[in-house]
Amino acid sequence: MVPIVFAIAAFVAVVFAIVTIAHRSPVINVLSLVVVFFAMAAIFALLGMDFLAAIQIIVYSGAILVLFLFVIMLLNIRSVERLGSGRRMQALLGAVAAAGIGASALIAVSLLTPTSGAVYPGSLETGTVAPIGRALLTTHLFAFEFITLLLVAAIVGAVYLARREHR
Amino acid sequence: MWVELLVIGIKLAVVLAALLTTVPIMVWVERRASALMQDRLGPNRVGPFGLFQPVVDAVKLITKEDLIPANVSRFLFILAPVVALTVALSTFIAVPFGNDSGLELFGHAVRGFIVAPDLNIGILYIFAIASLAVYATVLAGWSSNNKYSLYGGIRASAQTVSYELAMTISVVGVLMASESLHLDQVVAHQSGTWLWVLPRWNVFPQLIGAITFMVAAFAETNRIPFDLPEAEAELVSGYLTEYSSMKYAAFFMGEYVHMTVASALITVLFFGGWTLPWVDLAFAGWLGGLLSIAIFVAKVSFFLFFFVWVRWTLPRFRFDQLMALGWKVMIPLSVLNFLWVGIAMAAGIL
Repeated sequence: MVPIVFAIAAFVAVVFAIVTIAHRSPVINVLSLVVVFFAMAAIFALLGMDFLAAIQIIVYSGAILVLFLFVIMLLNIRSVERLGSGRRMQALLGAVAAAGIGASALIAVSLLTPTSGAVYPGSLETGTVAPIGRALLTTHLFAFEFITLLLVAAIVGAVYLARREHR
Repeated sequence: MWVELLVIGIKLAVVLAALLTTVPIMVWVERRASALMQDRLGPNRVGPFGLFQPVVDAVKLITKEDLIPANVSRFLFILAPVVALTVALSTFIAVPFGNDSGLELFGHAVRGFIVAPDLNIGILYIFAIASLAVYATVLAGWSSNNKYSLYGGIRASAQTVSYELAMTISVVGVLMASESLHLDQVVAHQSGTWLWVLPRWNVFPQLIGAITFMVAAFAETNRIPFDLPEAEAELVSGYLTEYSSMKYAAFFMGEYVHMTVASALITVLFFGGWTLPWVDLAFAGWLGGLLSIAIFVAKVSFFLFFFVWVRWTLPRFRFDQLMALGWKVMIPLSVLNFLWVGIAMAAGIL
């Protein structure tokens, strides 16, 4: 059961990830990304991470992608221009970089599987809110606070850029 | 195994039937109540008190020509109403609508009057699915290839993102108080009374949270005073302008089902769900179970009427007022509620 559901979710994720970058209409791109996030949420749920699955959809599909759509509609972009060809060096470097990232991910997954702290289907209690909350506010407190600081800086920066012209 | 599936199937059928029946009833209530408030009669020709008016309206909508204008993006134009209705109908499975206290059906435990009793993330599931509702509006606005529809879609996206924050933060206080995401536990936490008089409903210690949640619920369901995406005075009919026949009806039904789910959430989170504070229904078996469902339905009906009441009482906001309210009033107030609950819990008051 678990491998079948995983295979379906992974297949859907990959197919719609390709649609996300290949289709000409920006709205279809965003919608495909919604489907990708749903497939990822399904994989999280398979791992027993119900909480992450829900957060994935609430934050990404429910908020961030809606903002994407807002921008697309505000600028009224009906179709995406194809980037000009003639930058073969760029394309080549891009392909090499992608292959490198793929290879290192493969190595990391196959060789460096952690012996402790790894997450397998059913290895955690379901509805993992309490463990995640505890980890965020104890073990990873510094990283957590640092990210909030980063976000505040981003907000302040955005407000500054938006206000500057009115003075 | 099969009995278990059958029990879930029955619960699902009951919930779906109830949600879909709410729509014609609410249409009738809306029209008659608005007439009452404006000193008119309202529809009173079809059936006793005009009760069959929604049936006739449904027949009219089904038999109307289903028009798809030229130059729309067909796929998205058809997808939008499908999303609207599907999303609205799928949120209710995590809402507990009655107290079973160990009842059995066909020799199998009912496991609570809730379609999905094992869904530990409870309220988060509802937020996750409900957060997709805005796609229906945005896609309808975009695909219609009409500037009024587009404005409706843009407004809907900005409005939803703004009010979703306040809505989520105002729920955090409730979840902290009941120490669970599961709505069954949220309801259980609210049973009983303080000093034998005051029900232990969350609305009393968390009045600010209850108010911000209700206001945000109005905004999320696009009801007046927050129906800016539709705003017939400015945008013809907003994102609905190009829709006719059953596609229009799907949006319409979606809106009413959303109202029902929002009312159910207000009931469960802040007004004690299916509990009555002074009575314990657990002893009465199936009768008690059905009574608890009746109590839940009564509370939800009150909030559904409240939606109608507000709609025919208040005027619509201007868009800048809407945004200012969302970011400068609602979010600070909901954070205040969440701080108060945290301090009260730390001090041992709650």
